[in-house]
Amino acid sequence: MKLPRFRSKGYEKTVKITLAGAPNVGKSTVFNALTGLRQHTGNWAGKTVETARGHFITDGVKYDITDIPGTYSLFARSAEEEVARRYIEGHPDDVTVVVCDASGLLRSLPLALQILSAAKRCVVFLNLCDEAKKAGISVDAERLSELLGVPVVCGAARRHRGINELVAACRAASETERGIDAPVGAREAIARADMICREVVTKKKERALPSRADRILAGRASYAVMALLLVFIFWLTLKGANYPSELIARGATYLSALLRSCLSSLGAPEYLISFLVDGVYGTSAWIVSVMLPPMAIFFPLFTLLEDAGYLPRVAFCLDRACRGCGGCGKMALCMCEGLGCNAVGVTGSRIIDSRRERLLAALTNSFIPCNGRFPALIALITVFIAPSGSALAASSVLAFLVILSAVASLCASKLLSATLLRGVPSSFALELPRYRLPKFGEVIVRSVFDRTLFVLGRAIAVAAPAGGVIWILANVKVGNAAILSHISGALDPVGHFLGMDGAILLAFLLGLPANEIILPLIVMIYLSSGTLPAIGDLSALRDVFVSHGWTLTTAICTTLFFLFHSPCTTTLLTLKKETGSVKYTLVAAALPVALGAALCAAVNFFMSVFSA
Amino acid sequence: MKKKKRTIETLDSLSPGDGARIDRLTSKCTMKGRLEGLGFCPGEEICCVMRSPLGDPTAYLIRGTLIALRRSDARSVAIER
Repeated sequence: MKLPRFRSKGYEKTVKITLAGAPNVGKSTVFNALTGLRQHTGNWAGKTVETARGHFITDGVKYDITDIPGTYSLFARSAEEEVARRYIEGHPDDVTVVVCDASGLLRSLPLALQILSAAKRCVVFLNLCDEAKKAGISVDAERLSELLGVPVVCGAARRHRGINELVAACRAASETERGIDAPVGAREAIARADMICREVVTKKKERALPSRADRILAGRASYAVMALLLVFIFWLTLKGANYPSELIARGATYLSALLRSCLSSLGAPEYLISFLVDGVYGTSAWIVSVMLPPMAIFFPLFTLLEDAGYLPRVAFCLDRACRGCGGCGKMALCMCEGLGCNAVGVTGSRIIDSRRERLLAALTNSFIPCNGRFPALIALITVFIAPSGSALAASSVLAFLVILSAVASLCASKLLSATLLRGVPSSFALELPRYRLPKFGEVIVRSVFDRTLFVLGRAIAVAAPAGGVIWILANVKVGNAAILSHISGALDPVGHFLGMDGAILLAFLLGLPANEIILPLIVMIYLSSGTLPAIGDLSALRDVFVSHGWTLTTAICTTLFFLFHSPCTTTLLTLKKETGSVKYTLVAAALPVALGAALCAAVNFFMSVFSA
Repeated sequence: MKKKKRTIETLDSLSPGDGARIDRLTSKCTMKGRLEGLGFCPGEEICCVMRSPLGDPTAYLIRGTLIALRRSDARSVAIER
C-alpha cells in the first residue's frame, strides 16, 4: 500500500480540481485519499448531497478540491444533479476529474462523456481497478484515453493506488487546454458509452444468479438472519459493555472525590459542593459510564454492516412491509440506527427522498429502544422476567422486545399515513452494491469520532442541568420530606392505574433528558437518598423494588413503558430541527406515550382480573 | 368484429433468471429521468436476478449493476424477450 507523501510546504501555484462522477464509484474515497479529510462515505448511492472542499500541497503546487454530489447524468432533475451541473458549468477553468468505476464502466461512462462536453480541462480516473480484477473485468486504459481524448489514470483509491499518477495528470492538465466536445444528451451519451465499452472492456460472462451471499442474506432466510444478527449484537454489547462501564464509573467516583476536596478547600459551602459534585457532575458521570460503552460497540458494528453493503439488502427485504404502512424500505434502516440512538435515527431519515416518507420514519423512530434503554431493560429482564442469568437468554428476550417495538413503529407509521401524513408511495429504485470487505480500522475510528463522541457530547450538555434540577428536588425539603417524595406521592394514583407507581412515573418524567438515569432515579426515590446510587448497586435491585411493592405486573408494565414513552430531549430537539415543525415534534412525543399508557393500563387490568 | 388486443410485455413479467431487452419506458412511468440515468434505455439488456422474500421489490441486473424496483415501477418498463 503506497501512501502518497504530501508534505505541506510553500507553494507558487494553485490548481483547482472538481471531482465528479456517478454515485458509488468511490469519488469520496478519492477525495479522502487526496486531502486526508474524513467524509462519511457509506456503501450507498446518494450519500453526498452537498459539495465538500479540501486541499493539499505537494511539489510547490496547491490543489484545491471540490467534491460535488454523485450523479448519473447532468440532465435529470434531482437536487444532486442540479448542484453538480451548476458547479461544472460555473467553473470552466477547473481541472475536472471524472471518477469512473472500472468494474462498471458502462454505468459510469455516460456521465464522463457529458462532462467532456462541458469541461475544458479533464482527467478520467478509473477507480476500483482492484474490484474489476476480482470480477474478471479488464479495461484497456490506453485505448480508452485515445477514444475520449483525455488522459486516463487507473487506480484504486481505497488502497491509495494511482493517486500520485492522478496528481501528476491533473498538474499536466492544468497547463493544457483541449477543445470541448459537442454537447451530448443523455440517450446519446449512453449509446456512445456502449460503443466505447464494447471496444475497451473485456469481461467474463455476466452471472445472472444471485451471489451466494445474497441467496442467504436476501432470500427466504433473510429474516432469520436479521433476528439472529440482533441477538448477536445485543449479546456482544451486553458482554462487552459491563466491565468498561464499571471502570468508567470507578474513575468517575475517584474524580468526584477529587472535585469534592478541591471545592471544600476553596471554602465552598456544603450544600453547594453537594449540588455541583453529586447533582451536576454525578448525573453526567452516570450517564457517560452507562451510555458510552454500549454505543462504542454498537455503532462500529452497524457501520461495518453498512460498509460491507449489507444494509441495502435489509431495505430490499423489508420494503413491502414498510410500504404497507405508508413508508419505504429505507425506513427499516432508520430503525436500525435508532437502536443506537434515536436522535441519530431521526437524522438518518435524510436518506429517504420523499419528504412525507422521511417524516414518517423520523416521527416513528422513538418506538425503537435506544442504547440508553438497554441496560435498564436488561436489568428488568434478568431480575424479574428471565432470571436464569444467562446473557444469551437476556439478549434473546431483548431482541424479541425490539422486534415488538419495530412492529409498533410500523403500526404508528400506518396510523400517521392514514391521518396526518396522507399520500401515495413514492417511486423507489435501490441499488444493491457489491459486497465488499469493510475497512475495519477506518470504520472503528470513524464511528468513534463521528457518532459516539458526538452523541455523548450532546447528552452531557443535557444531563448536566438535569442533574442540577434533580438534586434540588431531592434535597430541598418541604415539611419533613423532599419535594421529590411529595411529587411521587401525588403521582401514585396515576401510577397505580398504569400498573406502576408514582415513583416510577416521576423517574420517567425526570429522565426525559436521558433514558440512562430512569432506573437509578427509581432507586433514588425509593430510598429517599439525595444522590443517584452507584452502578454496582443495581444488583441489589430486586430487594429494593420488592420491598417497595413491586410485583410481576409492575415489572412488565415498567418494561413496556420503557419501550413506549416519550423520546428524550435530545431526540425532541433533533426532531424539531429536522422537521422544522413543533406540531410534528409533539406528535412524535405523544404517540409512544399514548401506546405505552394504553398497554400498561390494559396489562394491569388483565393481570388484576386473573389474580383476583 | 373482434378487437385485437395488443398486450405489451413489461418488466414485472420476468421471473428470476429470465433475460430480456428493454423496448421503451411507457407513458405510465413516473420516474423516467431517474430510470434513464440508471441505464434503463431502449435496447439495453436486462436480467431478473432475485425477488424479495415478501414478493416486492425485485432486483434486476442492468449494465453490470443490481437495481431493485417495485412491481408498480417495473410495470412501466416495456420489454421484448
